[in-house]
Amino acid sequence: MRHIISLLLENEAGALARVASLFAARGYNIEALTVAPTEDETVSRMTIVTCGDERIIEQITKQLNKLIDVIKLLDISGSGHIERELMLLKVRARGEEREEVKRLADIFRGRIVDVTSQAYVIEMTGDSAKLDAFLANLAPGQIIEVVRSGPTGILRGERGLHL
Amino acid sequence: MELSGAEIVVQALKDEGVEFIFGYPGGAVLHIYDALFGQEDVKHVLVRHEQGATHMADGYARATGRPGVVLATSGPGATNLVTGIATAYMDSIPLVVITGQVPTPVIGSDAFQECDTVGITRPCVKHNYLVKDRRKLAETIKKAFYIASTGRPGPVLVDIPKDITDPNIKVPYHYPQSVSLRSYKPKVKGNPRQIRKAADLIASARKPMIYSGGGVVLGEAASELTELTRWLNFPITNTLMGLGAYPGSDRQFLGMLGMHGTYEANMAMHECDVLIAIGARFDDRVTGKLDEFCPYAKVIHIDVDPASIAKNVPVDVPIVGQVKPVLSELISLLKSSGHRPDPDALEAWWAQIERWRSLDCLRYDRESALIKPQYVIEQLWEITGGNAYVTSDVGQHQMWVAQYYRFEKPRRWINSGGLGTMGFGMPSAIGVKLAHPEEEVVCVTGEASIQMCIQELSTALQYKAPIKIVNLNNRYMGMVRQWQEFTYESRYSHSYMDTIPDFVKLAEAYGHVGMRIEKPEEVRPALEQAIAMKDRLVFLDFITDRTENVYPMVEAGKAQHQMRLPPWISTDRELA
Repeated sequence: MRHIISLLLENEAGALARVASLFAARGYNIEALTVAPTEDETVSRMTIVTCGDERIIEQITKQLNKLIDVIKLLDISGSGHIERELMLLKVRARGEEREEVKRLADIFRGRIVDVTSQAYVIEMTGDSAKLDAFLANLAPGQIIEVVRSGPTGILRGERGLHL
Repeated sequence: MELSGAEIVVQALKDEGVEFIFGYPGGAVLHIYDALFGQEDVKHVLVRHEQGATHMADGYARATGRPGVVLATSGPGATNLVTGIATAYMDSIPLVVITGQVPTPVIGSDAFQECDTVGITRPCVKHNYLVKDRRKLAETIKKAFYIASTGRPGPVLVDIPKDITDPNIKVPYHYPQSVSLRSYKPKVKGNPRQIRKAADLIASARKPMIYSGGGVVLGEAASELTELTRWLNFPITNTLMGLGAYPGSDRQFLGMLGMHGTYEANMAMHECDVLIAIGARFDDRVTGKLDEFCPYAKVIHIDVDPASIAKNVPVDVPIVGQVKPVLSELISLLKSSGHRPDPDALEAWWAQIERWRSLDCLRYDRESALIKPQYVIEQLWEITGGNAYVTSDVGQHQMWVAQYYRFEKPRRWINSGGLGTMGFGMPSAIGVKLAHPEEEVVCVTGEASIQMCIQELSTALQYKAPIKIVNLNNRYMGMVRQWQEFTYESRYSHSYMDTIPDFVKLAEAYGHVGMRIEKPEEVRPALEQAIAMKDRLVFLDFITDRTENVYPMVEAGKAQHQMRLPPWISTDRELA
């Protein structure tokens, strides 16, 4: 089962390494990890996408909570949440392909942010499944480069993960 | 008060009430060593190898409950500490480890004696710090002591670059009385609803069992554990780390459980219907094959570390909190409710346990012409009345102490249970002896283990730590040999040392007394003679039966009730 775990952690040197080495040492999966400072510069927000059965996810959250730098965490996939990932995509766009790619990008609400005679750079956000679907719809061999940020997420409603 | 970084380190240790610091100087800590010079409040113990420093501090911490303090230099000084830090981490022992680091401007440049100490130790500490601002030094040291000794204890390392301790730069010094971390709030009390659930489950038990571990020792809850167990008249077993939390010679005590646990303890675990796990972590050496562990039991688990709960074994009633307040709460609830388990069922359960116990699974050949290692431990127990502080290394001798030395009090049994570190025994005994100079301190070891930190014999002389070393010398790495006999058709691959030092001469060379004991009838007089030499370290080299194995044994992959008993005991014949 895929889970999205949001963490607030002290914005200290080595905090990211503690989280990453915990996953490595205990053999947990990390599918994606993003981290950046928040409006409070002493706090970083991290989003980890991981997978495992209930027992493993329970251990992951408990072990993360044990890290001294972790202030709070929440498995947001357990309740209503919004998930977004940013993708920058460079695709071959020549001749007839140009219109086709543009149409497809429009359907997925992507934006073309760079254009040359041979290629487009497309910017697209959405949950990871949407980005996967867009990639699946491109013709084989058309992709030059894909950059994905990894998902971030937030709870729906007034409830929030804050200090 | 304005102090340099080096002076801050020493003053903070004084303000923390630190009695001993175990260390070894080197380039990156020279400023700190200069600040230590000529003061007597914090006694520095100069070890012979940094690993010894961690084990001494660890022994000190286990015997007293106070954090052990270590000081070492950067690079090799720090890497030599790693085994000792990992040892303390696995057994949840509070240590504060201070290491020097190369000066801030050259960090990352592969400078002389540079290593990424914080990175190397990260997986085996509770937390660590690299101090880059001398104004935060005092507070960081306070945090280190706070984190090390609260919640589930553990080692905390503080890495200090050399420029931060510069004697010429002074800053205002203030040592905080207390610190609070928004990201670290260890739980103290258990959830009352969960405690009530536990009480109800206990009252419904027909075949109850108490299984307690090192958490009861660390959590100072031995008297609560004893009160609960006696009031309920429940059988109890201790893990390797938990021995001494319940009096070892009491009728309700079934001995240690697990891989080398007693027959009665493991059988009672297997058959019980309610299991009360207290400050224990369901280690693989305890559970054996997980699928068949305690198949009939509802499990109550009390632990300060939520991550220990339901990690290996599903739990019906989890209680997160310090064992002492949780047990007190549980006891008063049980007493006030008046609910007790069905006495007839309990009587039948005890009758069953007594049948298992009648097998006398720890019996061994007392008529042998060779010294049996078990006999040495039994004699040691008799002579010291079960009240000595006993440290050990790792292997057969460790298991024999756990089986045959019946500890009456907590903190007396000091061994590396989690990491299983050979070389731990003798330096940790020095740490214990320095903490308790009036108490009898014995290190039980083997000829392989003792050689891993043998250099600390010199430290023992310098700081007058007249411990007694009981060396069970079987000329094998005994536990390795035993596994090779059982599972590798007696192919004794490299578990034998062709050259073993003359330990009598070795002890004498280090300025101590050495004795070699070869006959069973010499065992007791030799022990008595050694213990009578109050102010001398005595190294007793017992030449033991080299073929002796540790029984019972739950072999790898077997369930806890599938024990291999010694060939001279048959369950079919004796329990029929």
